Amino acid sequence: MRFMMLMLPGGELQETGDWGPPPAEDVGQMTKYNEELTKAGVLLALDGLQPPSKGARVSFADGAKKITDGPFAEAKEIVGGYWIIDVKSKDEAVEWASRCPGGEGDVVEVRQVFEMSDFPTDVQAAAELSEAPPEQTQSR
Amino acid sequence: MATAGDARGAIDAVWRIESPRLIAGLARLTGDVGLAEDLAQDALLAALEKWPQSGVPDNPGAWLMATAKHRAIDLFRRNERLERKQEELARDVGIALAMDGADLDAALDDEIGDDLLALVFTCCHPVLSTDARVTLTLRLLGGLSTEEIARSFLTAEPTIAQRIVRAKRTLGATHVPFEVPRGEELTERLPAVLEVVYLIFNEGYAATAGEDWMRPGLTAEALRLGRILTALAPDKPEVHGLLALMEIQASRMRARTDAAGDPILLLDQDRSRWDPLLIHRGLAALDRAQQLGGGLGPYALQAAIAACHARARTPEETDWVTIAALYDALAQVAPSPVVELNRAVAVSMAFGPAAGLELVDQLVDEPSLERYHLLPSVRGDLLVKLGRTDEARAEFERAASLTQNARERELLLERAAACGG
Repeated sequence: MRFMMLMLPGGELQETGDWGPPPAEDVGQMTKYNEELTKAGVLLALDGLQPPSKGARVSFADGAKKITDGPFAEAKEIVGGYWIIDVKSKDEAVEWASRCPGGEGDVVEVRQVFEMSDFPTDVQAAAELSEAPPEQTQSR
Repeated sequence: MATAGDARGAIDAVWRIESPRLIAGLARLTGDVGLAEDLAQDALLAALEKWPQSGVPDNPGAWLMATAKHRAIDLFRRNERLERKQEELARDVGIALAMDGADLDAALDDEIGDDLLALVFTCCHPVLSTDARVTLTLRLLGGLSTEEIARSFLTAEPTIAQRIVRAKRTLGATHVPFEVPRGEELTERLPAVLEVVYLIFNEGYAATAGEDWMRPGLTAEALRLGRILTALAPDKPEVHGLLALMEIQASRMRARTDAAGDPILLLDQDRSRWDPLLIHRGLAALDRAQQLGGGLGPYALQAAIAACHARARTPEETDWVTIAALYDALAQVAPSPVVELNRAVAVSMAFGPAAGLELVDQLVDEPSLERYHLLPSVRGDLLVKLGRTDEARAEFERAASLTQNARERELLLERAAACGG
């Protein structure tokens, strides 16, 4: 089963929606954690995200698109990074999330990725309509 | 509030994560994999008793290790009365246990890695039968229960339990040391390890028996083992080659069957269903294998062939000439009639069905392929392309009579019927 673990940073980072590169000590701890995930054979992908202040939002309402540059004043639960892991159960995903070296106020949200087999057959059929697969990411 | 059921799930999750390290660490201390697993199981039972009330401790791995060590010390104290030889052993182990302390984290990461690798090589030791290697690997490194293994291989649980007991006894009786082989011996024994992992993968990817064509649980186990191995032995190109092969093959899993569970052949698959993340990982692992100078290893070559398919956005874009050349190389480093058969298919795609059939016909008298359903299946396919449908029908019927897999048999009989009567 594939899960995404979303890091929702707490405290000041959440309030300001702005952050630079994390301090070396935090990076060290997080690297150790990522290594543990790798050595356990469960890590598929991960990324840390730049702050919302450098991002933008495209919102859809009343048939119109609206673009807002970051930071986002009323935003709650800003995503700071994610891991994609391949584990045997939700319990295992939760156990891994609980081992994350989170700081005060941080939240790691655990979400299962949809598999095609989770969809009813008509949805599966709709997914088959695409003619060509998306361009694969090159390994280099 | 957590219920007992929640606790069971949480304990299973901890077991899944911690048990290989736990067993490996205990095996290093006791020098006995069988005993190590018994001790680890005792610790699991203790956790099942305690944790539902107390909650899962902050460092569950250290808790399990400390508990298992206490059991070990108790056990050796009891045995001390029996024999002088055991007494000496108990003293040595007792000292080792006492000196090691209870904190798993205190041990160097390298050491844990070494212990795990030693466990891998012990589970895949040449004194064991292939079945025993597979079973022990799933049990000790995958943390699977006897029941889970039995279900995966459609085997009775007592058979698997017996296999594990016998395997542990064999390891003890033959005094297999708990260690990572060094130098040349490591190079010699690595293929056996990779073989076990790939056997597990294949049993999940194209089940040799039973109603379902694939058993995703086993491919997931094999992938996890392959990923663990690349972390444990990052400088071995064939480890990356094997992982590359498995990642790329697994990327097609959701495209390989239709809604009814029937197999869809590679060239008929909806490529938009291929998993880009696994393809990306597979290509990266292949790259690594090649950078380490192992591009011509048997797994890396197979991965390179799989990569040719993965890179083609449509079946028409497939680089069959390269695939034929890669099979040629594979036939040199790992010659086998099955490789020859695959080479024939690639040649037929690159240079026409007549050229392919010529190669297939050379394999018809090959004794090891006598009961291999893919030989008549491939031959039938080429005969269809050459318009020789009567001969093709007979080949598909023969293939259907040889396969053990119910889904595949149906597909072959359909192809036979499509040849007309």
